[in-house]
Amino acid sequence: MEIKVLGPGCPNCHQMEELTKKAVKELGIDATVDKVTDIKEIMKYTMSTPALVINGKLKHSGKPLPGLEKVKELIRAEV
Amino acid sequence: MLNTLSDYFTYDLLKLEHGTHLADAVNFFIYDTIKIFLLLSAIIFVIAIIRSYFPPEKTKRILSHKKVFIGNILAALLGIVTPFCSCSAVPLFIGFVEAGIPLGVTFSFLISSPMVNEVAIVLLFGLFGWKVTAIYIGTGLLVAIFGGIIIGKLRLEKWVEEYVYRFHNGQAYEIIKQTFKERLQYAKDSTADILKRIWLYILIAIGIGGFIHGYVPEDFLVHYAGKGNLFAVPIAVLIGVPLYSNAAGVIPIIYALMEKGLSMGTVLAFMMAVTALSLPEMIILRKVLKIPLLGVFAGIMTATIIAVGYLFNAIL
Repeated sequence: MEIKVLGPGCPNCHQMEELTKKAVKELGIDATVDKVTDIKEIMKYTMSTPALVINGKLKHSGKPLPGLEKVKELIRAEV
Repeated sequence: MLNTLSDYFTYDLLKLEHGTHLADAVNFFIYDTIKIFLLLSAIIFVIAIIRSYFPPEKTKRILSHKKVFIGNILAALLGIVTPFCSCSAVPLFIGFVEAGIPLGVTFSFLISSPMVNEVAIVLLFGLFGWKVTAIYIGTGLLVAIFGGIIIGKLRLEKWVEEYVYRFHNGQAYEIIKQTFKERLQYAKDSTADILKRIWLYILIAIGIGGFIHGYVPEDFLVHYAGKGNLFAVPIAVLIGVPLYSNAAGVIPIIYALMEKGLSMGTVLAFMMAVTALSLPEMIILRKVLKIPLLGVFAGIMTATIIAVGYLFNAIL
C-alpha cells in the first residue's frame, strides 16, 4: 500500500506524518509512508494541506487533523 | 448559576473571607474563567460545524466567476468560515489564481481569514460585550473588503511569481463527503484542538483582568496614549506590525492596555496589526508574491488599520 502525506512543512503537516506512521505501525500492515512537500505534486490532489492520500486517492485534507482512530479506519478501508 | 459555582469555589472550597480584595479577585477570576470557557466551547463547536460545509475547494468554486466588489465582499465573509492551515496559503493562492479569481478578491480572503477569528470573537464578547465584538467583526470585514479592492485596482498581477500562472491542473478537486455524524466529530476534534492551544493565554488574560486591576494606576497610559494623543493609533499599529501572535495570545495584552486607559480604537488597531500582519505569513506568501507586492500589501493593511483606529476613537 502506498500512503502519501501532503504538506509543505509546518507543525500540522509534521503531526499528520507522525500520526500516519503510528497508525501503520499499530495496524501492522505493509505500507510505505511518503512525505510530499513539492507544491506541484500536492496540487495534483488538493489545495488544502495537510492531506492524506492512500493508493492515489485523497482521503483527508485540511484542518483539523483526523484522530489516530480515524486514520486507522481510512487505511483499513483500503487494505 | 455561574455565580453560585464561583461563590462555592471562592468561599467554601478555598475558604476566603467575604469582602476582601483577594476573595473578590479570585471570585471574578473563577466566574470569568467558567463563563469564557463555556462560551468558547459552544461557539467554536458551532463555527466548526459551519466550517465543515465550506472547505477551501468549495470557497474557490463560489468565488470563481465573481466580479470585483461583490467578489470582495463574499471573499471577506468566506475568509471567516473557511478553515485553513497557514501552511496551505500557497496552494490555496495558486488554486484561486488558477480558478480565475481576481487578485484583489483573493486578497480580501487572505486578509479576513486571520483577522476575524472565532477565538477573538469569543474573547471580545466575553470580556468587552457584544458591541465591541460587532465593531471588531465589522471593521475586520471592511479592512478585508477595501484592502482587497485597492490591491485589485492597482493591477499588481505582474508582481505575482510567474510560475503561479503556469499552473494548469484544470481539474476540480474532489470534496470529501461527510455525514452529519462526521461533521459533529470534526467539530468536537476542532474544539478540543483549539482549546488545547489557547487555554493558557486565556487564563492569563482573565488573570490580568482580575489582578492588575488594583495594582497599576487606572490612567497610567491615558497620559501618554489616550484619545487626545493623535499619534497613539499609528504608534500602536507600528508596534503591532512586527509583533506576531494569534488572537488568543494578544488578548491578554490588549485587555491590560484597555484597563489602563488606552482607547478602544487604538486597542483594536493594535490587535488587528498583530494578528493580520505577520512575518511568518509574509515568508510563506513570498513563495507566490514578489517583494513589491508584499510591500504594497503590508502598506495598504497598515494604512487601513490606522484609519480604522482613528474612526473608532472618533465615534466611540
